Amino acid sequence: MNTSAEPMKTSSMVSVGGGESRTSKAKDKIKMSAENVKVFYDDNPAINGIDLNVYENEVLAFIGPSGCGKSTFLRCLNRMNDTIDNCRVEGKIMMDKNDIYAPDRDVVLLRAQVGIVFQKPNPFPKSIYENIAYGPRLHGLAKRKAELDDIVESSLRRAGLWEEVKDRLDQPGTGLSGGQQQRLCIARTVAVSPDVILMDEPCSALDPIATAKVEQLIDELSESYTIVMVTHNMQQAARVADRTAFFHLGDLVEVDTTDQIFTNPQHQRTHDYITGRFG
Amino acid sequence: MSTITIEQRRQHRLTTIENSLAKRHRKENLFRRAGLAAVLIGMTLVAILFISILIRGVPAFWQATIFTDVYFDPEVIELEEKPQRGSDESQFAFEERYLEWMTQAGRVNWQLLIDSALEDALGVDVEPRDLRNLRALVTSNERYELRNRFIENPSLLGETVEVKLLASADVDVWLKGNIDRSLDAARLQLSAQAREWADRLYDEGVITNSFSTSLFLNTDSRSSPASAGLAGAFMGSLFMMVVVIALSVPIGVCSAIYLEEFAPQNRITDIIEININNLAAVPSIVFGLLGASIFIGYLGLPLSAPLVGGLVLTLMTLPTIIIATRASLRSIPPSIRQAALGIGASRVQTVFHHVLPLALPGILTGSILGVAQALGETAPLLLIGMNAFVSSVPGSPMEQSTALPVQIYLWQGNEMRNFFEARTSAAIIVLLGLMLSLNALAIWLRKKFETRW
Repeated sequence: MNTSAEPMKTSSMVSVGGGESRTSKAKDKIKMSAENVKVFYDDNPAINGIDLNVYENEVLAFIGPSGCGKSTFLRCLNRMNDTIDNCRVEGKIMMDKNDIYAPDRDVVLLRAQVGIVFQKPNPFPKSIYENIAYGPRLHGLAKRKAELDDIVESSLRRAGLWEEVKDRLDQPGTGLSGGQQQRLCIARTVAVSPDVILMDEPCSALDPIATAKVEQLIDELSESYTIVMVTHNMQQAARVADRTAFFHLGDLVEVDTTDQIFTNPQHQRTHDYITGRFG
Repeated sequence: MSTITIEQRRQHRLTTIENSLAKRHRKENLFRRAGLAAVLIGMTLVAILFISILIRGVPAFWQATIFTDVYFDPEVIELEEKPQRGSDESQFAFEERYLEWMTQAGRVNWQLLIDSALEDALGVDVEPRDLRNLRALVTSNERYELRNRFIENPSLLGETVEVKLLASADVDVWLKGNIDRSLDAARLQLSAQAREWADRLYDEGVITNSFSTSLFLNTDSRSSPASAGLAGAFMGSLFMMVVVIALSVPIGVCSAIYLEEFAPQNRITDIIEININNLAAVPSIVFGLLGASIFIGYLGLPLSAPLVGGLVLTLMTLPTIIIATRASLRSIPPSIRQAALGIGASRVQTVFHHVLPLALPGILTGSILGVAQALGETAPLLLIGMNAFVSSVPGSPMEQSTALPVQIYLWQGNEMRNFFEARTSAAIIVLLGLMLSLNALAIWLRKKFETRW
């Protein structure tokens, strides 16, 4: 298969937050795969047939100009598009060899396995504790209060938020700063222990310092999760992604290791985009 | 071109903008003043309304009342002892005997007791032909009050007890100064003799203005404005509101949640939405016709029953509640729904755990305002017979009754001036009081459940 996609990144490219440098890991196990996926809004095609593999424990970034379908495709991966009435998805998306669009597939289970973090931080207007505890409680992951407390603490630790909020867990999550809110949302997703985390431009509403923290977090999370993210910021893709996919006008133009895409793109359109000629 | 420098052009642009400023400010000021004027006019009208109602209605809460000693004269009350059930007597035989005794009690001329009590109070011996003037002082149904009191406690025979007698409405109006005393005698409602007596008793403190419990405790009366009360209408309205709240709030909120959160957007839901909006605009009297033909004509529910009134008002309130609830649900940002769905909550869980609690203040406010509107509604009730004269307090939603706004309508339409002069305004004050408390409750609930973002 796509052996050329083996990520070979140097530590200089990894994180601005100064996390540990990522050495090459064997990432050849396919976690999710899309086959000829097409999406229509009413009868207008938004995506014209995409084939793409997502490997376990990799960070895959989608780049491309606005309206190219990268967010739409991302939202296909945990069927968030189901909530849009006029949206129709064709093709096949497999996860661990199961079709996620199969009629008997329970979307609740899918979303517990494939979590999502949105562009704008959207904590529930409840306490910080309740924000994290909601998912585990919903799925019955904690039997007792102590277990739930543990999940809340470890999720907040993973999101690097524990030290900042441990004394005010009962205060509203909406009272945190923008960057803290986004990390709270990531912790909320992590609390359900998904296999895959989707991130839809997670830093576009954040200032540079908060962005750096989230990028460092993504780097750390990729140890145990598969992460697919959409970004408008090409430097961000270069900093955090193992592989990068370039979308244009509903097509997947090119997908390769981040190095390859940014230094030696195979397609003219990719080249034009990363050198800033359009988009 | 060289004659116009860049500096000149800049100057020209600035002067153009400056010249237009005066006009803009004029328009802004005009709009602001018009808005202020509109608010002031509205406030003034509301103030006039409230003040006039209060001035007319508040005195009706106090009524001329005669405190006097009544001697339960054994010569007048010629009755056997109140029957007690004997040990070997059948229930039937006892009831027959008791009924006979009650009939006898009804035949006693209780008015004579009041007459002699008033004669004592006035210190006069009234000729039989002047009795009419004497009896004009007291509400005509006080004699039944005395009878009831005696039946309750037959040991009063031969006793003298202080009794509170409601003065007649004519006396009440006369003493309150609502009748211009300079008018000619024919238009003063009371005879010269009765006027003199009323004034004298008032000066002597036998007649005082005391708080009118009869307005709240009595039921409607046709002939005696002074003793007509709101108890029946109040209970009728209460039963209707119970029916309205129990039906319209759950049905309205559930349909709104379904339409807003679950129903697909298609032609059918569009048609439903349009028709709900249309229903909200249907004149309320049409709902009365619908109620009369379906609930009474087809289902055979009783006329004048609060249950039917409640059903009709439910139909009228439903669109209001549905529209308010939908607006409230729509104001919850979609990001909250996405957040819950993204964690793996089902749609029902998303709605009930997150959306509904956030929309609750708006839903409660809309519901309470809808119910308050129903409380004040009159027209549809006229068509289902709730404007009938009912002189008892309903004990269940199936019994005949009136409602507060209908009672106001009935009193205002009564030909006796004592009804529409004070009673109407007093009833309006009671109704407005209820409305204001409901609105205050709505505001309080909104503040209590409001989530800070």
